[in-house]
Amino acid sequence: MSILVIAEHDNSSLKQATLNVVAAAKAIGGDIDVLVAGENVGAVAEAAAKAEGVNKVLVADNAAYGHFLAENLSELVAEVGKGYSHILTSAGTTGKDFMPRVAALLDVAQVSDIIRVESEDTFVRPIYAGNAIATVKASDSIKVVTVRPTAFDPVAAEGGSASVEQLDVVKDAGLSSFVGEEKAQSDRPDLASAGIVISGGRGMQNGDNFKMLEQVADLLGAAVGASRAAVDAGFVPNDMQVGQTGKIVAPQLYVAVGISGAIQHLAGMSDSKVIVAINKDEEAPIFQVADYGLVADLFEAVPQLEEELKKVL
Amino acid sequence: MKVLVAVKRVIDYNVKVRVKPDNTGVDLANVKMAMNPFCEIAVEEAVRLKEKGVASEIVVVSIGPKASQEQIRTALALGADRGIHIETDEEVQSLEAAKLLKAVVEKEEPKLVILGKQSIDSDNNQTGQMLAALTGMGQGTFASEVVVDGDKVNVTREVDGGLMTVALNLPAVVTTDLRLNEPRYASLPNIMKAKKKPLDSMSPADLGVDVAARLSTLKVEAPAARQAGIKVADVAELVDKLKNEAKVI
Ligand SMILES: Cc1cc2nc3c(=O)[nH]c(=O)nc-3n(C[C@H](O)[C@H](O)[C@H](O)COP(=O)(O)OP(=O)(O)OC[C@H]3O[C@@H](n4cnc5c(N)ncnc54)[C@H](O)[C@@H]3O)c2cc1C
Ligand SMILES: Nc1ncnc2c1ncn2[C@@H]1O[C@H](COP(=O)(O)O)[C@@H](O)[C@H]1O
Repeated sequence: MSILVIAEHDNSSLKQATLNVVAAAKAIGGDIDVLVAGENVGAVAEAAAKAEGVNKVLVADNAAYGHFLAENLSELVAEVGKGYSHILTSAGTTGKDFMPRVAALLDVAQVSDIIRVESEDTFVRPIYAGNAIATVKASDSIKVVTVRPTAFDPVAAEGGSASVEQLDVVKDAGLSSFVGEEKAQSDRPDLASAGIVISGGRGMQNGDNFKMLEQVADLLGAAVGASRAAVDAGFVPNDMQVGQTGKIVAPQLYVAVGISGAIQHLAGMSDSKVIVAINKDEEAPIFQVADYGLVADLFEAVPQLEEELKKVL
Repeated sequence: MKVLVAVKRVIDYNVKVRVKPDNTGVDLANVKMAMNPFCEIAVEEAVRLKEKGVASEIVVVSIGPKASQEQIRTALALGADRGIHIETDEEVQSLEAAKLLKAVVEKEEPKLVILGKQSIDSDNNQTGQMLAALTGMGQGTFASEVVVDGDKVNVTREVDGGLMTVALNLPAVVTTDLRLNEPRYASLPNIMKAKKKPLDSMSPADLGVDVAARLSTLKVEAPAARQAGIKVADVAELVDKLKNEAKVI
């Protein structure tokens, strides 16, 4: 078996999710190559070559891939990937965008968002917002799979010494172009891989009040997340949404503040190691999954939390 | 321009899903079914494009059992003009759904195809991208804004780092995210009118598409249940537990 992992990165650094995907590839077994496609990705390729368990790094460095446009990436990946038994990438928004296109170009099914590998052709994945866990077997000759990063412990970032090979395959489908982006700037850790996440919901009442959570987050070195209701109401940007249709997180500690605990929210955080809920409604469903529940008004509890943490940290 | 919208019949998002005791799937007997929420957003977007004079006709298509016609009628009540039902009792997976939709695209030649980003049952998030690949169209996935501008469409996309805008040549495929719009409700008069709107029915075989599944589901289980923990009396106790019991801070 030979597995092609498509690296997730931002042209300057390799995303940790790639190491989780390599771990999933190791669970399948076989030679693992990593494809780094982007623009000016020398540093990313170097980082990928150091990852544990990687055999070879293939680099497609071209402006056509600079913004990860699915139309271009998918043609590249389908061409490079057709010699492999498996093509894997992380189930982030980039992978979700280009990978089904790869599958269609290769005329194979895609297995989305796997959380476990049973064998080379059998994978486990949540369905119905995590209310059910399906074991599925793929019959196509090439398995196209997206991986939920939080479900696999990452391989070591250092220690490997893969060879690096430049590809000169340039695919520009000419169907789409990049217009612009608004990237949220934050010095806090990346939500999807943070060790501690503190999230606010509709109970926060407005965006300004999220500052309370940010102060606690900064004490803890945590990322800040949100429920859909908080995003829909415009309190915070979309990329902070945790849940079935937002980001999946599984930190050591997840603190839900003013979040009721709808199933779609739980789908994104219920694999966290320790869950804390702060909610003034003692019947809120979030308490059914919380290890530590505090029934309180968040406008009192969160400032107190900041004070208490200052004492012990 | 003509807009094609794909809508899927799924379990209502409020229903508590239960896994069948024999682990073959989830129990769909006597549960409330509805239009996939992301497809409601797709229909709404098409209707708004029509209200703005950008879209001239909205064709809505659904693949599934006879009862999927309910979801097509709902879309017609919301403002779609015409329905296409591809009737099958088989489970149709994303690649096969994309092939069926491709056949419809070839017949109808829409300038824009709008799908949901994700079905809330399979949680696949594949069909729109596959359709775009099969038809050679550009794709604007996870859209939070769609602006048609001559022979292009600008799509703002909800991505991990924030928002990203792409320009696509028309015809193109768009898949909807939650913030694209807030779907309206159908009024009673419109529900009545929808009953008279045209609805064509056909089979996958009529479209020459083999819908045999490539993925087989070996079993479906309930997730490991999380135990509710304890209630703490105050913030001081909470911090103490996190530090000394759970040891996570
Ligand atoms: C297709 C679809 C996809 C979805 N995807 C997601 C998703 O990915 N992520 C997601 O989160 N949701 C998602 N949802 C929405 C989900 O169903 C819920 O509507 C949402 O999670 C509710 O957010 P909330 O808990 O912040 O708001 P609410 O349910 O309104 O809860 C607010 C909570 O705050 C508490 N509160 C209020 N004031 C205070 C106070 N002063 N102090 C303490 N507590 C207070 C209240 O008691 C209440 O429990 C999705 C829904 C659909 C239909
Ligand atoms: N059986 C179906 N009938 C009509 N549209 C579908 C069907 N399956 C998927 N789709 C469309 O594809 C979107 C994404 O579905 P999926 O790829 O299954 O998550 C849905 O929101 C629909 O717009």
